[in-house]
Amino acid sequence: MTLRTALPAFTLLLALLLVACGGEYPQSSIDPKSDFAHSIHTLYVAIFWITLVILVLVWGVMAYILAKFRDRPGSPRPRQIHGHLGMEVLWTILPALIVIGIAVPSVQTVFRTQRTPAVSALTVDVIGHQFWWEFRYPGGRVVTANDLHLPVGRPIALRLQSADVIHSFWVPMLGGKRDLVPERARPEGARPDHANWLYFTIQEAGVYRGQCAEFCGSSHSLMGVRVVAESGAEFAAWLADMQRSEGSAADSVVADSALVAVAGAPGGAAAARIELGRRTFHAASCVACHAIQGTTAAGRVGPNLTLFGRRQTVAGWLENTPDNLVKWITLPGSVKPGAKMPGVAEAGGNFPPTNLSEEQVRAVAEYLWSLGKP
Amino acid sequence: MSVATPAPHPTGVWSWITTVDHKRIGIMYFVTSIFFLFVGGLEALIIRAQLWKPEQALISAETYSQLFTMHGTTMVFMVVMPMAVAFFNYIVPLQIGARDVAFPRLNALSYWLYLLGSLYMNVSWLWGMAPNAGWTGYANLTSTQFSPGQNVNFWVIGLSILGISSILGGVNFITTIVNLRAPGMKLMHMPLFTWMTLVTSFILVTAMPVIAVALVLLAFDRFFAATFFVPTAGGDPVFWQHLFWIFGHPEVYVLILPSFGVISDVIPAFSRKPLFGYPVVVYAGVLIGFIGWGVWSHHMFASGLGPIADSFFLASTMIIAIPTGVKIFNWLATMWGGSLRLTTAMLFAVGMIAVFTVGGLSGIMHASAPVDLQQHDTYFVVAHLHYVIVGGAMMGLFSGFYYWFPKVTGRMADEGLGKIHFWLAMIGFNLTFFPMHMSGMYGMPRRTWTYAAALNVDIYNQLSTVGGVIFGVSALVWVWVMLKGVRSGAPASPNPWEAPTLEWSIPSPPAHYNCPALPRVRHRDPLWREEDRAAIEAVTLSVPEVEPEMPNSSFWPIVVAAGTSATWMLVMTGRWWAPLIGLAFTAFGVFAWAFEDPFRKKS
Repeated sequence: MTLRTALPAFTLLLALLLVACGGEYPQSSIDPKSDFAHSIHTLYVAIFWITLVILVLVWGVMAYILAKFRDRPGSPRPRQIHGHLGMEVLWTILPALIVIGIAVPSVQTVFRTQRTPAVSALTVDVIGHQFWWEFRYPGGRVVTANDLHLPVGRPIALRLQSADVIHSFWVPMLGGKRDLVPERARPEGARPDHANWLYFTIQEAGVYRGQCAEFCGSSHSLMGVRVVAESGAEFAAWLADMQRSEGSAADSVVADSALVAVAGAPGGAAAARIELGRRTFHAASCVACHAIQGTTAAGRVGPNLTLFGRRQTVAGWLENTPDNLVKWITLPGSVKPGAKMPGVAEAGGNFPPTNLSEEQVRAVAEYLWSLGKP
Repeated sequence: MSVATPAPHPTGVWSWITTVDHKRIGIMYFVTSIFFLFVGGLEALIIRAQLWKPEQALISAETYSQLFTMHGTTMVFMVVMPMAVAFFNYIVPLQIGARDVAFPRLNALSYWLYLLGSLYMNVSWLWGMAPNAGWTGYANLTSTQFSPGQNVNFWVIGLSILGISSILGGVNFITTIVNLRAPGMKLMHMPLFTWMTLVTSFILVTAMPVIAVALVLLAFDRFFAATFFVPTAGGDPVFWQHLFWIFGHPEVYVLILPSFGVISDVIPAFSRKPLFGYPVVVYAGVLIGFIGWGVWSHHMFASGLGPIADSFFLASTMIIAIPTGVKIFNWLATMWGGSLRLTTAMLFAVGMIAVFTVGGLSGIMHASAPVDLQQHDTYFVVAHLHYVIVGGAMMGLFSGFYYWFPKVTGRMADEGLGKIHFWLAMIGFNLTFFPMHMSGMYGMPRRTWTYAAALNVDIYNQLSTVGGVIFGVSALVWVWVMLKGVRSGAPASPNPWEAPTLEWSIPSPPAHYNCPALPRVRHRDPLWREEDRAAIEAVTLSVPEVEPEMPNSSFWPIVVAAGTSATWMLVMTGRWWAPLIGLAFTAFGVFAWAFEDPFRKKS
């Protein structure tokens, strides 16, 4: 290979960048679905073309020089040129103009995208935990985890906080990332630190993937988040469902005989297992950390599990299927190293193993999976 | 005129351990940095193997964290910086016509601290407790609450020792360049490599103390229950980011400026034309060194500094692109109309410009704060930083290696093998890092142990892995070039490339004392001016009747290095008095050092 064939090869590599835009990229940063993401993308595309032109020019001049000015046997000593003031001025001024051209719209976008939105904005508290996301909706009654439900077309304001270390909330299709910084303890009466915010309005319904973008420990890579963007009506229905009581069966002691009766009914085997799962969940240590709206389970340490059956993921990483749920309940520390949840035989955080039987685990999984299902 | 035969010089292990000769210390720096290049490279290849397939668990998440942390720390502090320092050591005194650096024993101390700090940090692997919080060590993940093990302690202490080494090196080279230039050599006569060494040294003595402060604060947090970065006790984790990047961004120029210096010497030599716009290239380098202090928060656009700070750092970062561009244009103008000889050194210099431009331009992309919010902490940034540090810094150092190899070893490197090295390195490098732009843009964050299959980025990761293997093979070819050249390369004349600067006026390899007497320098490119050349070579190639008096070898530097390192290592015991033992040892070494006669006794 020679230099003359190498430069086209580099260009080919660059072309990959442009061609590769097809295909399914569910976490793409160049497929904007919100006003914020669009602002960034417009800027990015402009800068991309400017830099590409500069690159092609520099490489082109280099290729020309390498082809033209080669030392050949007997070539005379080239003219000894020490410099040229005009050229120096030219190639100082030109780049200066180019970077001004990039800087001005960039600064405009900085200010526009960080402007506090209208009062009608929906404010959701986003709290980062090692290694999951907590979302609290206005009023404090609706709390969920890892799936963030948001309405399309309404300005959104996410207030970003952290319960432990610095995380970064990033759902590329909805815009740029922003860090979740733990708040500093402060003396009585002192002004609180200003929190970080993200503002955007989603333009299209869909499920958007994202994940933590600031290294936060061993399972940083598994700290996924899904934004479920739905119409205003669907979102309102979801909010209502989240607040609705799940039924108080868990509170009442269901006699074993009742279980047997349920099992006898058509489709009863599944219902019995769900019932067993409900009892196991509420009797075991699960409730120390997890809450389910409408039951006595009100733990606040771990993710809120209300309407778990409608969730996209288990623990923000596995797809939400019964098998994955069983896997997670059995071996959380293997699925997500550093998770604080105890498994069947493994301790987690400060908690001893749950020692649930295989049957119990499956029952708990089916119970959770039934939550929010019609 | 006869070529001088180098004066006999003691050999043997002890003579190397106690050496204060800048050339030997340079070689030691170089060999050590290559050792760590292979350590860091191996870490990178394990990372690439883990990322070959999505949702794979070839190694554990914890091991992965340790690998990427050590890869970054190793490559920055134990490979690229010391490899540049190796060149400072060997080449700068020769370029300015000095017998040695200003403080030869201090120079040895720098080396031993570098070696001990690096070994100390790597020894943590033996317990599986290598640092695991990223090479940027962001608080408050590094607090004892979230990193209870010894991992981060190894990082804090190892890095502190390395930092002392760098500060001492910086002091030494500033003094050397300012005070020890040959008669007649004005600052604006200095070769560009010496100029960039000077700028880099100033950055080292000003930037390293900032990280030193940050590390001391973190050490107090970890060992003595202070709370500088602990938010639950009112500490501020974002403060760490400021301290780290106030050091960290100038550090980027510590990595890249030596390479700029190398190719600013290599390109004129192989174009047979003086550097185009010499003063502009010098001022651009100095300007980069200065502005490099005002851009640190562009690493923190996602931290939430607010629109005013974002805009300021956006603008300052854009400004720094201008002198960098000016350098590139001047290099191209130097080649324009020249008579190019595409030796391996020149190929690496040209290749450096080609790939560094890519890294510079992607840098402009994330200098735009809003765009950075998408690219920050993704593989796009990983691609960018490797285009700058590997494509910019390492390619330049490769160029310097091939350029000065004959001077250092007295033998010519195999040009054929060198070109194989060049092409393998170029192909491997681009195949590794170019696809990372794509994996990043399609949503893969950096520092991720694995990635979801749904992201659809496996093809880009596989390209990167294949490229990484090719790049690894190219490094093996490089070592082969070295070994072959040292053993059986053709003997080199004093100036095999017909280059213009002073280091090419003395025999290859140089005598222990470099120049028998100090030459007088009147121009930037003295060896390209017949009358200057004759006058200089009459001095530099002569055999002195009496060998010039040179500093004595000394083992006190290694004692002081051991004491200084021990002081830091004993901090790890968590007992306040333990470091005092190391400090006492250091004081003893310094005392003995001070009263040692640095010159040979006259018989």
